[in-house]
Amino acid sequence: MALSFMEGNEAVARGAIAAGCSFFAGYPITPATTIFASMLTMLPPKGGICIQGEDEIASMGYCIGASMAGKKVLTATSGPGISLYSEQISFAIGSEIPMVIVDVQRLGPSTGSATRGADSDIQFLRWGNSGGVPVVVLAPKDALDCYLLTVHAFNFAEMLRCPVFIASNKEIGMTRESVDLDSVALPTIIDRKEFKEKSGNSSIYLPFEASPDKAPDFLPIGGKTLVRQTSSTHGPDGYITIDPALISENQERLRNKIFSAEEQLTLYEENHRDGADTLLISYGVTSRAAEDACAVMEKKGKPVSTLTLKTLWPLPKKLIREKAAPYRRIVVVEMNLGQYIDNIERILPDKKISFYGQMDGVLITPSKIMEVIENG
Amino acid sequence: MDSFLNTKRPPVFCPGCTHERITKAVDTALVKLNLLAEKTVIVSDIGCSGLFDTFFDVHALHGLHGRALTYAAGLKLADPELNVIVTMGDGGLGIGGAHVLAACRKNLDLTLIILNNFNFGMTGGQYSATTPSDAIVGSEFLNQAEIPIDICSIAQSAGATWITRCSGHNPDLADILCEAIQHKGFSIVETLGMCTGRYTKRNALTPKAIDEMVEKLPSYRGVVERNQRPEYGDQYRRLAGEKKRFPELFKVEKMFDFKRDNDSNSSVSIDSEAKRQEIVILGSAGMRIVTAGDMVCYAAISAGLNASMKNDYNITVLRGQSVSELILSKEKIGYAGIESPTIVIALSDEGVQRRKKIFGKLKPSTLLLKDKNIPIPETSATVVEIDFKEYQIKKQDWALASLGFIAGREKGITMEMLEFALKSRFKPALYESAIETVKKLASI
Repeated sequence: MALSFMEGNEAVARGAIAAGCSFFAGYPITPATTIFASMLTMLPPKGGICIQGEDEIASMGYCIGASMAGKKVLTATSGPGISLYSEQISFAIGSEIPMVIVDVQRLGPSTGSATRGADSDIQFLRWGNSGGVPVVVLAPKDALDCYLLTVHAFNFAEMLRCPVFIASNKEIGMTRESVDLDSVALPTIIDRKEFKEKSGNSSIYLPFEASPDKAPDFLPIGGKTLVRQTSSTHGPDGYITIDPALISENQERLRNKIFSAEEQLTLYEENHRDGADTLLISYGVTSRAAEDACAVMEKKGKPVSTLTLKTLWPLPKKLIREKAAPYRRIVVVEMNLGQYIDNIERILPDKKISFYGQMDGVLITPSKIMEVIENG
Repeated sequence: MDSFLNTKRPPVFCPGCTHERITKAVDTALVKLNLLAEKTVIVSDIGCSGLFDTFFDVHALHGLHGRALTYAAGLKLADPELNVIVTMGDGGLGIGGAHVLAACRKNLDLTLIILNNFNFGMTGGQYSATTPSDAIVGSEFLNQAEIPIDICSIAQSAGATWITRCSGHNPDLADILCEAIQHKGFSIVETLGMCTGRYTKRNALTPKAIDEMVEKLPSYRGVVERNQRPEYGDQYRRLAGEKKRFPELFKVEKMFDFKRDNDSNSSVSIDSEAKRQEIVILGSAGMRIVTAGDMVCYAAISAGLNASMKNDYNITVLRGQSVSELILSKEKIGYAGIESPTIVIALSDEGVQRRKKIFGKLKPSTLLLKDKNIPIPETSATVVEIDFKEYQIKKQDWALASLGFIAGREKGITMEMLEFALKSRFKPALYESAIETVKKLASI
């Protein structure tokens, strides 16, 4: 076993390269800047392109353009930047433009604290598009996850033709740690499904034609077949439409393609402990303290099981219901004042659920979590 | 090809709208240049200029208000063979001003056609960044309190390499567009035109009046000599092409076994049961605290330990505290915060002040190494004072020298681990001086 020593942000960049990313555009912002810095050292030697946009909106625009030319693209920012990304995120979601967006979250709201961590944007990422279309959000807990989940994120983005978010955190992105990247088996790399003309059939390419729960096949702008892309409400042909049937078909497909892939998109870790009557659910960097807390509890003869969600959206309903079923009590801990708990309460109406949220710029400690488990 | 116009989607502009003439001029230009449809894309903005992409049988991308140039740039960078033509109104010009400036500065090979008709036609004729102060528009009196911008002059000062301002009714418009498209670099054509649906209903604007306006405004016709320079994409590819070395992963195999606390002569001892070493280095900017933290972690990794490092320094990096918090552990590191430090190295008042709360909680088993002259809050830790000046150690080397002290006593790391870390991370000359520094306190 050989260890490397790196920040979560560098691990994201290495994951992106492993996934075949060839284009990055971003704008410097703490604590996400070192993703940009890493991509700037990694992409040019591989013939890729790495650009600093004039602002966050432009960076997203560059990514949208490059993705429509067929590139696998990455961008990275933090809370104030993701706010500016929002209009372009809506475009990418509604017009099915694949990309991976890393949000190295910091303490919000607004400018907040550049160098203080929090899982500030969990709801913003989910609902930050006009139209309320479902999204895919993955949450790493450490540098190794940053590497692995970035590869998954590219796969999901290409497969579903949508932006996929990585909800990282200053406490992961800017913490350096020893990591063995070779210890994980990366998933098989998925590339965008290209439209193929059907033989014996003079099939015309309709850029948004797809099965009711699938993404349309892709062709790049600049290829032999002419492609239309638009941020306006469109029919399968890519032209503006006001036909209610076409509109609703498309709206429903945008939802269904994400929701129908729930199980395929659900990534998690669990640590079942025999004799436990409590399941601790957490995500992101907090899950590390949660695991430490439960290891101590186990030694004290009070076993508590853990479920660490790596996929936050689409809400892994099936997983949470299944994993929660054997337990009397559920404890949820978040590094914010409760952005996910409502969903867990909603899908587990019959469980006794305790919650602890903290948003003060520091990590939640294992001892605090033990206190919550014992008294909460 | 006779025409690139999409026969299924004829233009839908209001009668007399200048946009229709410009649509035809764009088509004539594409035909004259004999461009390949599959290598041509029209990127359109929002508003009536945003309809352009639908009228042509070329690739099309219609995006958000003011952002057309950003998509255009992404497309062109990703596919340098594309002819990228952007249509944008005076509305997009205002809302996307930063992108226009960036495009001028970059000089990426894009063609921007600004369809300036002096108002927001689609939303009811409100004033835009180019509306004259004396015009009557849909924004009541607001335009009277502002002045319009001259985008051509702005573009020139921002570095645009090709600028033309002309009437949208200019009979040579197609030829002008041909030149703009052929220019290798960023080209801007500002067309002045009539919005018959809104603007000219209340303002006496005619093609003749537009000619007079063009005449009165500073003249821009083609190449801007003083701004000539290589195209951005070529520049980017040349510069990026020089970066040949990929930063391969630096991996460290386990090469040492770390036997902790085998120094029986030491006057201090740490909790030998501690599986987890928590080391806090408290210093100031310029003391190479982060470098020292890095070395501790690489040293630990060389013994197969896990390591984590969190740094805390000011955004003004040359001033203020610099704190490095390190965890070394045989176990996988979960919670990466400091709970119970085993070693604290206090090297500056700023660093101590930043973490003053920890001192009261330190246990007698904690080794607290401090400079003689740094005051610290009351603590139960075992304090070792060093007079760094007496050892003739420069302030920037105090942190590194402290590592020699702890490694010499096999606290957290050993000397062979530290030497390995220094050797693998520093260039040879720097390594020699670093070794000299760490040895100064290794055996005192």
